Amino acid sequence: MKDGPAVLEGQHFLLGDHACAEGALAAGCRFFAGYPITPSTEIAERLAHRLPEVGGIFVQMEDELASMAAIVGASVAGARAMTATSGPGFSLMMENVGLAAMMEVPCVVVNVQRGAPSTGLPTLVAQADVMQARWGSHGDYEIVAYAPASPQECFDLTVRAFNTADQYRIPVFVLADEVVGHMTERVVIPPPDAIPKVERKRPRTAPGGDGFLPFQADDDLVPPMAHAGEGYRVHFTGLTHDERGYPATNAEAHDRLVRRLVEKVRRHAWRIEEYEESQLEDARVVVIAYGSTARSARRAVAVAREEGIRAGLLRPITLWPFPGERVRRLAERVGAVVVPELNMGQIAREVERFTHRPVLGVNHAGGAMLPPEPILDTIREAATR
Amino acid sequence: MTTLMAERHPSDPLFRADRLPHIWCPGCGIGPAMHAYAQALVESGIPLDRHVCVSGIGCSGRVPGYLNIDSYHTTHGRAIPFAMAVALVRPQLEVAVFSGDGDLFAIGGNHFIHAARRNVDLNVICINNFNYGMTGGQVGPTTPMGARATTAPYGNYEQPFSLPYLAAATGAVFVARWTSLHLRQLKQAILRAMKKRGLTFIEVLAPCPVGFGRPNEIGDAMEEMMLYRERCVVDHGAPLAALDIDLRQRDHPIVLGNFVDIERPVFDPLAMRRPAPEVEDHAPLARKEQEG
Ligand code: SF4
Repeated sequence: MKDGPAVLEGQHFLLGDHACAEGALAAGCRFFAGYPITPSTEIAERLAHRLPEVGGIFVQMEDELASMAAIVGASVAGARAMTATSGPGFSLMMENVGLAAMMEVPCVVVNVQRGAPSTGLPTLVAQADVMQARWGSHGDYEIVAYAPASPQECFDLTVRAFNTADQYRIPVFVLADEVVGHMTERVVIPPPDAIPKVERKRPRTAPGGDGFLPFQADDDLVPPMAHAGEGYRVHFTGLTHDERGYPATNAEAHDRLVRRLVEKVRRHAWRIEEYEESQLEDARVVVIAYGSTARSARRAVAVAREEGIRAGLLRPITLWPFPGERVRRLAERVGAVVVPELNMGQIAREVERFTHRPVLGVNHAGGAMLPPEPILDTIREAATR
Repeated sequence: MTTLMAERHPSDPLFRADRLPHIWCPGCGIGPAMHAYAQALVESGIPLDRHVCVSGIGCSGRVPGYLNIDSYHTTHGRAIPFAMAVALVRPQLEVAVFSGDGDLFAIGGNHFIHAARRNVDLNVICINNFNYGMTGGQVGPTTPMGARATTAPYGNYEQPFSLPYLAAATGAVFVARWTSLHLRQLKQAILRAMKKRGLTFIEVLAPCPVGFGRPNEIGDAMEEMMLYRERCVVDHGAPLAALDIDLRQRDHPIVLGNFVDIERPVFDPLAMRRPAPEVEDHAPLARKEQEG
C-alpha cells in the first residue's frame, strides 16, 4: 500500500475525528501522544496509521498525564505536537496544560466532549467541559478553545489551533463534541500551499552569545522560542521564573510573569476571537449556540423566520476568548437572547456577563443532540416578550 | 583586607554560575551526585549542546537548573514522558532524567515502569534519600519499614521498593547503585549509561541529614557517609532480589554495583516500518548518522 501524503488534498467523506487528525497532519503535526478514550479514539487510530506514513511519531502512552507531558516535551524539542481525549482524560491533562502555559510551550489538545461528570456517558454527547477548558488548571492563565460544528471545521480549526498555539506560545484546545466527532460529512482539504501556516517565533541571535534571554518577550509579549539541542542552553521551569528562565521566587517576579502570560492572549483576543453570524441584521431574538448545538439552532432560527419571527444566530467559533464585545453590542438592540447548550448553562453564564440581563437557557445535560424543537419553543416564547 | 577567592573554577562552564549558591542543605548528597553527572557530561565526548537534562519536582529536581545545558524542570512525576518525547523528536540528543525517589517512583512510578518496558533511550539517575526532603521529611516509597518520618511518626509500616530490582524487572538495560560517596564509580556508571542505548537506571544513595538522618538517629551527613563507607559492599553479581537496604540496620551490608548490563531492542515508534536490519541493530537511523 502506498503511503498517503501529509496533506490529503481533495474532497472526502470524513468522520469528524478523522478530519481532526488530517487537520493536524496538514498543519505539520509530527508528534502525537495519547491514551484511548471514547469518543476521541478515532483520532488516535487515524494518526497511528497516518503519522508513520509521513515520518511522524505516534505513541500510545500509559495514561493522559503522560500524554500531555509528552506533547509538551515534543514541542520544546521543536515538533508540532498534539493529543486528543475526552472528559476524564482532559481532567488528567490539566496538570501539564498548566506547565505548557507556564513554560510557554505551544501544543494542541483536542477534547471530544461526552456526558459528564466522572465517567458519565462515554459514548454520548455533551458540551459540559466548556468551563473546565477555561479554568481547568490551577492559577491564572488564558486559554484559546475552538468549537467545531462540522467535520470540515474539525479540519480547519485543528489547523488554526496549531497556528494560534505557535503564534502565542500557548496550549490551544479544540473543544469538539461527540456528535461532531462521530459525524461523517464532506470535507474539502486544500492543497499544501493553501494551508495557513504561522511559524513559531525563533531566536534572532546565534547560540553561544550573551544576547538571548529565553523568556524575554518582544513587544507582542511573546518570547522567541529556542528548542532543545540548538545550543542556547535554555532552562525551562514550571516555577515562577525571570527572563533567563531561572526560578525567581518573589512577589514582583510572579506578578510580572503571570501578568504577561495573561496579557499576551488578552491583548490579541480581538485577533483570535471568531464567530459566525446569520440573520442578525434585523434580529429581535438572537440565539447563541456552538458546536453540534449550533446545527439545531440554525434549523430553529430558520423555522422561526418562516413563522415571521425575526430571529438570528450568533455562533461563537472560539469559546475562549469568548466574543463578549459582539454579544454586548447585540444585546443592546435585540429583545431577547436564547442560549441552547448541552450543559446546565455554562456559556449562558458567560453571555450574561456581557448582556447584563438574564438570558433564556435551553439546557440538557447531554446524552443526545439538542433537537431544534425546544430551541424553537424558546424563540417563540422570547418573541412574545 | 585580603580576600582569598578563585576567579574561576575548572567546572565553571558546566554550571550556571549565576545561579549559585544552590538551595541544598549542608551535608546533602545531591550536590556530589550532580558533580559526578557533570563530569560525565564532559568525559562522554558528546558535546554539551547535545546533552539534555529533565527533572520532576523535589530537591533532586533542582539539578537541571544548575547545569549549563538544555534543561527542563517539569511537573511532579512527569519528567520521564516529557524526556521521552524530547529523545524521540531529537534522537541525536543524549537525554537524562535526574530526579528523586518520590518523584520517580511514587507519583511517577507508572511512567518509569512503562519507559523501562518500552526501553526508551533515556538515562534515569535517581537520588534515593529515603524520604521527601523538600516538603520536610515525609515517608516515601523507599523509606525502610520502621523508619520515622513526619508522616510516619510511629515508624513506617509500608514495605519499600528495592529500586534496582524494580528497574531490572521492568526492563532497564543497565542498572546500577552507588552512593554520593562513590563518585568515581558513579561517574563511570553514568558514562556507561551514556554509551548504552535504551533505558538505563542508576540509583544514588544520598544523605538527607535534615529529612531522614535526624529522625532516624543516623546523625549528620558525615555519619551517614561513614555508614556508607563501612557497610557498602561492591558486588556486581549480587542477586537482584537481595538488594534491600535498611540504613538503620548497622550490621546489614548495603550492596552496590553495576548489576545489569544487557541489550534489548530500543524504543522506536517507526521500527515496524523500517526495512529489516541486516545485522541485529534497532537504533533509530537519525542517531546513527549523527554519531557517525
Ligand atoms: S532536605 Fe534533604 S534532600 Fe533536600 S536539600 Fe536538604 S538534605 Fe538535601
